[in-house]
Amino acid sequence: MIAANFTGTLTFASVSADAGLERALQKSRPDLIADVSASGLKGRGGAGFPTGVKWNLAAAARSDVKYVICNADEGEPGTFKDRVILSDHADLVFAGMTIAGYAIGATKGILYLRGEYAYLRAHLERVLATRRERHLLGEVIHGKAGLRFDIQIRLGSGAYVCGEETALIESLEGHRGEPRNRPPFPVDTGLERRPSVVNNVETFAWVTSIFDRGVDWFKAIGTGRSVGPKILSVSGDCARPGVYEVPFGTTLAALLEEVGGQDARAVQVGGASGICVPAGEFHRAIAFEDVATGGSIIVFGEHRDLLHVARNFLEFFVEESCGQCTPCREGTAQLLEGVELLERGACSTAHLAQLTSLCQTMRLASKCGLGQSAPNAFLSIMQHFHDELMGRRPEGTLPPAASVGR
Amino acid sequence: MLVTDQDRLRQDIGALVTRHGRGRSSLLPILQGVQQKYHEVSDLAMQLIADELGIHPVEVHSVVSFYSFLDERPRGRFVIRLCRTISCDMADKDRIAQQLAADLQIAFGETTSDGLFSLEWANCLGMCDQGPAMLVNEEIYTRVTPALVHEVLERCRRSLGAHALDVKEVQR
Amino acid sequence: MTDTTDRSRAPVSQQGSPMRPETDLGLIGATISVTIDGHQVRVPMGTTILEAARKVGVRIPTLCAHPDLDMAGLCRVCVVEVEGQRTLQASCAYPIHQPLVIHTHTAQVRQARRQIIELILARHHGDCYTCVRSGNCELQALAREFGITSSPFGRPAAPEYPVDRSSYSVIRDMSKCVLCRRCVRTCIDLQGVGCLEAIGRGHETKIATFLDKPLAHVVCINCGQCINRCPVGALHANDPTEEVWAAIDDPTKHVVIQTAPAPRSAIGECFGLEPGQPLTFEMNSAIRAIGFDRVFDTNFTADLTIIEEGTELILRLYKALVQKDASVALPQFTSCSPGWVKFLEHFYPEFIPHLSTAKSPQQMFGAVIKTFYAQQQGIDPQDIVAVALMPCSAKKFECNRPEMVDSGYKDVDYGLTARELAKMCLQAGIDLPRMPKSDFDQPFGTATGSGVIFGATGGVMEAALRTVLELVTGEKVEQYFSHADILPVRGMEGVRKAEVTVPKTGPVPDLLKALVPSWDWLLGATLKVAVAHGTANAHKVLENIQAGGELASFHFIEFMACPGGCLGGGGQPIPTSAEIRAARARAIYAEDCAYEVRKSHENPAVAMLYEQFLTDGPCGHKSHELLHTHYTPRGKFIG
Repeated sequence: MIAANFTGTLTFASVSADAGLERALQKSRPDLIADVSASGLKGRGGAGFPTGVKWNLAAAARSDVKYVICNADEGEPGTFKDRVILSDHADLVFAGMTIAGYAIGATKGILYLRGEYAYLRAHLERVLATRRERHLLGEVIHGKAGLRFDIQIRLGSGAYVCGEETALIESLEGHRGEPRNRPPFPVDTGLERRPSVVNNVETFAWVTSIFDRGVDWFKAIGTGRSVGPKILSVSGDCARPGVYEVPFGTTLAALLEEVGGQDARAVQVGGASGICVPAGEFHRAIAFEDVATGGSIIVFGEHRDLLHVARNFLEFFVEESCGQCTPCREGTAQLLEGVELLERGACSTAHLAQLTSLCQTMRLASKCGLGQSAPNAFLSIMQHFHDELMGRRPEGTLPPAASVGR
Repeated sequence: MLVTDQDRLRQDIGALVTRHGRGRSSLLPILQGVQQKYHEVSDLAMQLIADELGIHPVEVHSVVSFYSFLDERPRGRFVIRLCRTISCDMADKDRIAQQLAADLQIAFGETTSDGLFSLEWANCLGMCDQGPAMLVNEEIYTRVTPALVHEVLERCRRSLGAHALDVKEVQR
Repeated sequence: MTDTTDRSRAPVSQQGSPMRPETDLGLIGATISVTIDGHQVRVPMGTTILEAARKVGVRIPTLCAHPDLDMAGLCRVCVVEVEGQRTLQASCAYPIHQPLVIHTHTAQVRQARRQIIELILARHHGDCYTCVRSGNCELQALAREFGITSSPFGRPAAPEYPVDRSSYSVIRDMSKCVLCRRCVRTCIDLQGVGCLEAIGRGHETKIATFLDKPLAHVVCINCGQCINRCPVGALHANDPTEEVWAAIDDPTKHVVIQTAPAPRSAIGECFGLEPGQPLTFEMNSAIRAIGFDRVFDTNFTADLTIIEEGTELILRLYKALVQKDASVALPQFTSCSPGWVKFLEHFYPEFIPHLSTAKSPQQMFGAVIKTFYAQQQGIDPQDIVAVALMPCSAKKFECNRPEMVDSGYKDVDYGLTARELAKMCLQAGIDLPRMPKSDFDQPFGTATGSGVIFGATGGVMEAALRTVLELVTGEKVEQYFSHADILPVRGMEGVRKAEVTVPKTGPVPDLLKALVPSWDWLLGATLKVAVAHGTANAHKVLENIQAGGELASFHFIEFMACPGGCLGGGGQPIPTSAEIRAARARAIYAEDCAYEVRKSHENPAVAMLYEQFLTDGPCGHKSHELLHTHYTPRGKFIG
């Protein structure tokens, strides 16, 4: 049942997890982290925090217990590349976690797998078992005395917000997946209040790749601020949806050509929490400094009603908000109500302005990334497709003029 | 000896606690274990778990109510979760929903009277390139067509029947 | 609850300082400089922006923050701009660990706060003028501060949830809830009761009991601490003032009120006075002006409680130490806090034998009023309405316990809180602080300082020690504790311990002669006592005893359900904080000092009662019938 479309082959297919791990473990810890920093690798989950900086902080934190956590709670609408990576390249991910464990001085790794992917668990447990047999996990790794590291899989139970790293940690601790206040950050006060590195599935796979192929290979790909290749999940109105690997800096236009979506009127980059880019801006590049994405690309064809898209995303957020902070819990519902008004042609211009300003409050004042990004789709659709959203006639009604005039 | 349902639940929770530990961090694995076997986390289960972990029942309830895959009310043997997020929505998930509801004669959020099937909406199942997608318990179905719905339901029914047959063979 | 200090409520980051001791040892005492609206201030590492702002006199509005509770950072009303940060930060939950430049009222901040308040109002059902908290509501105050005059995000047309009126003590009107979760943090962290939590997710999130059952059907101890910390009218006390007015208006009824010490020390706060200004005697005049027929002093039965409970302790000790009766339950636990009693019945029913069988002062009073007093005055007890002014919401439940009818009638008819009496004063046009002073009515208007200090944590223990020491040694307690102030049991520490060695013994007083032949067996004995307040601390004590720890060898432990004791009760004026409770405690101890008689056994009214009515003495047949009670094992499980 696990299948994915590929265009060409992912780099991961030709990376040796064993070699990557071995080369990493040959280095001293500071050298290893220096390499990660030098590679310019940034978190692939979407936020784009420099991996080397994160690891350095966790390595510097004094604690006898530390954790490496792999965020496999891939819940962003339109994202499925982590599922593919875990299905086909789990060794790269586990090797990357092992490297992180060595780098920061952690002996425990946890893969937080979203409940929707429970069917991957048996496969992943088999990969882990094999790695233990091969002494790539457990008491002595690669014959390196004193190096212990093992990985445990924990399942989520259906909550998008658990993809937020502190919510994920809360969930691991047996709580509601409600994001924590930051600071303190997980690198300092993470799981069980211990220093914890939380990275995305893809990030760990790139770490292993970097040590197999070399820092220079990685650095040569991408733009100045967005280094390396990026795995994208492409879906929607295009001829060839699936998983793609592109260098950072690839324009949306180039991507659309590749996937057979040239006729698109807009592309949602970054999923429900991302932005809607209209056709006129397809020259923009996929990069942290331009259009950032954790990997979700959803193509909207000529006939799509973007108000319907906004509704779909807002329904998602109303339900998936953790419900903890006011701007997100109440704001998402207000925006959804606004969409309903627009659908009926009943949203006054003044109210729309009020909602636009509310979007700003949500972005600025929400407790976590979910609430801060929840208005993005609504706001960008409002911005780019304003004209076609206003003045709609409710379905099945006569134009007001028809009834008033007579 | 008569083993009541309550005793069985108590034993199962005891076993889960032994396996995962008594700390608060074991709460989700324990709840998942109970959900998997009983298709719900009942009032009593929540209180027993709270007692084992030394937390308040309302805290367990709070956690159960937070996660979509944990249910306070009994769900069917097969929980069908149809993805409603945008890519599957654009791939006509509404037709699948319609067919599921028609074949099972229940609305989303409901369970068939024989306790076999529950219909639920799911948010993004991560099969966006192969929509519409749905999960049946832990099994994923992609590119579902209205015609396939009946087949999937039948497969579920057959899997129970086949299971019953196995038992008979053992007895013989 | 294995360890209540290991708080289990989510999110964990809401727990105090995030600093780990092993990494931050070097930072203890370290300070850091921050700039807030141009003011520079040095603060200790880990200070929140909110605290730092207060230091420089910058006021930041808050809603979910409460001084008694861990940080939450979830309402977002207190957001501020921190230079270099992309988003606004919740000042209540942002610990300062590096130099920061903070702006607290930029256009962005003001706009965000305003909209957040508007969003809260859009879900907040009801009109201010029909709300019990009008005039004392934090949301109302915020709306006023921000000049909110319209509802851009709408108003709820109908209540979202039915009102839960099942409890004798606490009414929950969740349609007014602002989801600040102060009640959750109070119930779980502060009290260790855990009857409220956030249920559901996203927009559906609500605060509810286990399975959303009515409060009366779940493990609620009625302490009302949630009421004291609710910023709005979502949680409020079950208010019987209309019934009390009806009784007052009924000429056939003889309406008697007893007033407890804690409300007197605090009720002034309802009239704008600073905490710590007792209005005991002004209140007597006000109560008469309202129309009550008699005003009595609960301290009288507090003194009576000391005699009964003290005697019970002596009997338990005698049985255990002299008669070697292994079945005697020690330590003996006090039983005057009905929240604590219900807590024990739910969480530790196996400890019920340890509870003193003596009723609380409130209930003793009711039983005496409807028997002795009725006889003495020639009034049919059926025509007496016994009202109790209490600092407490649990007292409302207590007087409705089915067993509290030993007089043949409902011993106490209504429990009024300090807030409710203040309301009655307002309704009657009485400006309480300006009332003339007047005394209590007799025969139950005579009390001692020992009765007064019942209002503060440690007070029952101190009163008991004063009496027991004098009765046993035959000497003045001042010999051992100057001014009879037994300081080791005072204070606000969650659990306090003290040991008193009996240095000499005197003759057994007449009152107790029938019970113990001599005190010889107590000579040189060390009496170990402890005091705990707030039921989270009660958990600690009971778990220590359960585990055979130090406290298992103790003899007498005072428990109060509420932090600070009765002065911090669920019926006291709102708001509450450690400072407010300390001020009330100071008032109570000052009142104790002002009494000529400061020991329960010297109360002439108590002596009179034993002479004329309870003639078979303390713990005798009659007192067992009227002044003692039994308890109900309730357990934690809900059917």
